[in-house]
Amino acid sequence: MMLSRVADNLYWMSRYLERAEHTARLMDVNLDLMADRSTEAIDRAWQRVFASLRLPDLASDPPDPYDLAHNLTFDPANTGSLVSHITAARENARQVREQISSEMWEQINRLYLDVSQTNQDQIWREQPHDFFQAVKRGAHLFEGISDSTMNHGEGWHFIQLGAFIERASNVATLLNVHLGDPDEANQPVRSAEQYLEWAGLLRSCTAFEAYCKVYTADLRFQDIAEFLLLNEEFPHSVYYSIMQMRYALDNIANVTGTRKNSRVYRQAGRLQAMLDYDEIDEVIAGDLHAYLDNIQKQCSQIHTAIYQTYINYAISDKLSS
Amino acid sequence: MTTVETVTGPALFSQYELGPAYDELFAHPGEARPHYQALYHHLQTLPAGELSRRQSAADLSFLQQGITFTVYSDNAGTERIFPYDLLPRLITHAEWTVVEQGLKQRLTALNMFLQDIYHRGKIIDDGVVPADLIYSSKHFRREMRDLNIPLDLYVAVAGTDLVRVDDGRFMVLEDNLRVPSGVSYMLANRQVMKHVFPGQFRNYGVRPIMHYGQVLLNTLKSLAPPHSSDPTIVLLTPGVYNSAYFEHAYLARQMGIQLVEGRDLLVHDNYVYMRTTSGLERIDVIYRRIDDDFLDPLVFRPDSALGVAGLFNAYRAGNVTLANAVGTGVADDKAIYAYVPEIIRYYLSEGPILPNVETFLLTDDTHRQHVLQNLDKFVVKAVGESGGYDMLIGPHSTAEMRQEFRDRITANPRNYIAQPTLNLSCAPSYIDGLIEPRHVDLRPFVLSGREINIVPGGLTRVALRRGSLVVNSSQGGGSKDTWVLYD
Repeated sequence: MMLSRVADNLYWMSRYLERAEHTARLMDVNLDLMADRSTEAIDRAWQRVFASLRLPDLASDPPDPYDLAHNLTFDPANTGSLVSHITAARENARQVREQISSEMWEQINRLYLDVSQTNQDQIWREQPHDFFQAVKRGAHLFEGISDSTMNHGEGWHFIQLGAFIERASNVATLLNVHLGDPDEANQPVRSAEQYLEWAGLLRSCTAFEAYCKVYTADLRFQDIAEFLLLNEEFPHSVYYSIMQMRYALDNIANVTGTRKNSRVYRQAGRLQAMLDYDEIDEVIAGDLHAYLDNIQKQCSQIHTAIYQTYINYAISDKLSS
Repeated sequence: MTTVETVTGPALFSQYELGPAYDELFAHPGEARPHYQALYHHLQTLPAGELSRRQSAADLSFLQQGITFTVYSDNAGTERIFPYDLLPRLITHAEWTVVEQGLKQRLTALNMFLQDIYHRGKIIDDGVVPADLIYSSKHFRREMRDLNIPLDLYVAVAGTDLVRVDDGRFMVLEDNLRVPSGVSYMLANRQVMKHVFPGQFRNYGVRPIMHYGQVLLNTLKSLAPPHSSDPTIVLLTPGVYNSAYFEHAYLARQMGIQLVEGRDLLVHDNYVYMRTTSGLERIDVIYRRIDDDFLDPLVFRPDSALGVAGLFNAYRAGNVTLANAVGTGVADDKAIYAYVPEIIRYYLSEGPILPNVETFLLTDDTHRQHVLQNLDKFVVKAVGESGGYDMLIGPHSTAEMRQEFRDRITANPRNYIAQPTLNLSCAPSYIDGLIEPRHVDLRPFVLSGREINIVPGGLTRVALRRGSLVVNSSQGGGSKDTWVLYD
């Protein structure tokens, strides 16, 4: 038996950590690409970063990109900043310190202390790449430690649930933002600049190497979309994330005795079934924007259903049962 | 850490000065009491640096087990260990028998007292305890009038503070009957001690205490409402920001019960439920570590976010047990304390086994005049406080402090009592490479359910600063393991 509050904390701990890792990767890739981009392309790129992180649109007169990136990384007052995500993840972990392993607590606390140390500012200005690498490594270490030190019981499945619903939603959003005009997008890569953009998109999902192994380094939008959306083996694809999310939900249902025909399962099952059978050429021939919007919408419905079933349910629902 | 690591043998005791206080180790200079002799000789045979090594091992063990305080001031969540003194405090079987019997007697009487004053009030009618003293106590809860609770047991868990005075007798200094804490340190100290002094531990024949969690669980079970055959028990904590949170989490784990916060609970149709991922789970017994004031915003403090709205109604309906009951604080009011010997005589027709410390009620004109004229000789305490707050230690006070208390006492004499300054007994402690005497007290934990149980031991708190009489952890106090011997 698990308290709803504890499930809530575990779920958000891992969602925030996944969000922090995603933010770190986006920043790393875009700072790296800045050297190769025109001023105009740089502005466009940061617009995309903001849209990918679901932050408010940039002002028409954007500030210096480095200041922007710095703010997105370190500003504790900005709830979308990397530091805010890690602080939130750690605060959630702190509330359930007794439920996670001490190794997990130590790692997330260390990550928090590392990014909130003042001299990180200096390191970041000189070697931003090292900084983001360290954050990503810290997040990966936490995932590995969780996997090998915590019971793979209900709590662990809530952690998985949080991570994968966050990831599915992040990748769908990222893809949607990079899409631009689908007709234009569907052409083979012509310019070096466009190659950089597509490669940047893949790297933002740690997908570049994995993609090349499947499709070679020939970057085509349709292949990229297929890989990030429908690949069933790549751990950052939307499809893979949804499968993992469903697996976690199944396990939680077994432990808690939830009926499999309840809303949360039907919604998760429906989303997975859609991805099970859809073909990428049909998806692209249709309205890809709408398709990706739909995935995001379904993720957010599933989130709501998780809350209604396990965490914030109406008392009347449970008293009668 | 230590500069005198090379000191061994009798030199370890070179700074051990016997004062007027009762010394737990030495009967006379150089002559250890019989039950301390084995330890005394063992300490003198240890090779150089051994004690310091063991102290480091103990400190590390506390840190690794996470038995720490969190210090929030620097925003980084620094953790510190509760200072731990390496040398155990020994209590003989004969001494413990008196303590045990005395505490059982005292808690039996105090529970009867609470039942009485919240029902018929015979003790008031019979003129043993003055009515105005009871009704003016800030912890008296009129909401408890005529409310019946399982087994008529109000105080399920008590942490009574005992001190040893000059002649070696144990006396009761304070009854902590609300939400006493410290038992997790008692248990943790023992666990660490077994690792650090395994041989001594075996040879001495020390009575075990590690079953405390189980005894507490059974006590709470026996207090469940009659309808519940297999009661669900939870521990209610104010949350991670509470300084005793470690203890709450520790005890919940030891008992295998859920650690809940107020926001996890809800009341429906006068039943209490906790919100779990498997649905609502009905709760029968709440071991609450929240003060009365914060339990239910509908009945007590309306601004409390720690409690549960409707909890008191469920309690009043007899659907849930709170341990300790609401309103026990009236019996550990320090002015009521002065009447405990009379309370024991009244209900049990026998004299108190453990004596009280002489206490002056300042509502009495003669007493007040006497105390006000001799403030530098007395300890003055606020009646409703615990943990060393709002307190004057006369011999260590300045003229301004005394003047301040003189004003406060005159303004509200019911709020203060005075006691003579006591010489707490001294026990050997490991201080910077040498063994020196330090003042100690003892807090055993009394569990009252279908029967009264006291695990043989308690939290021995020690004032680590030379000459200090204050054992509170906020003021340089630490703790040590307490060995109650088989014989």
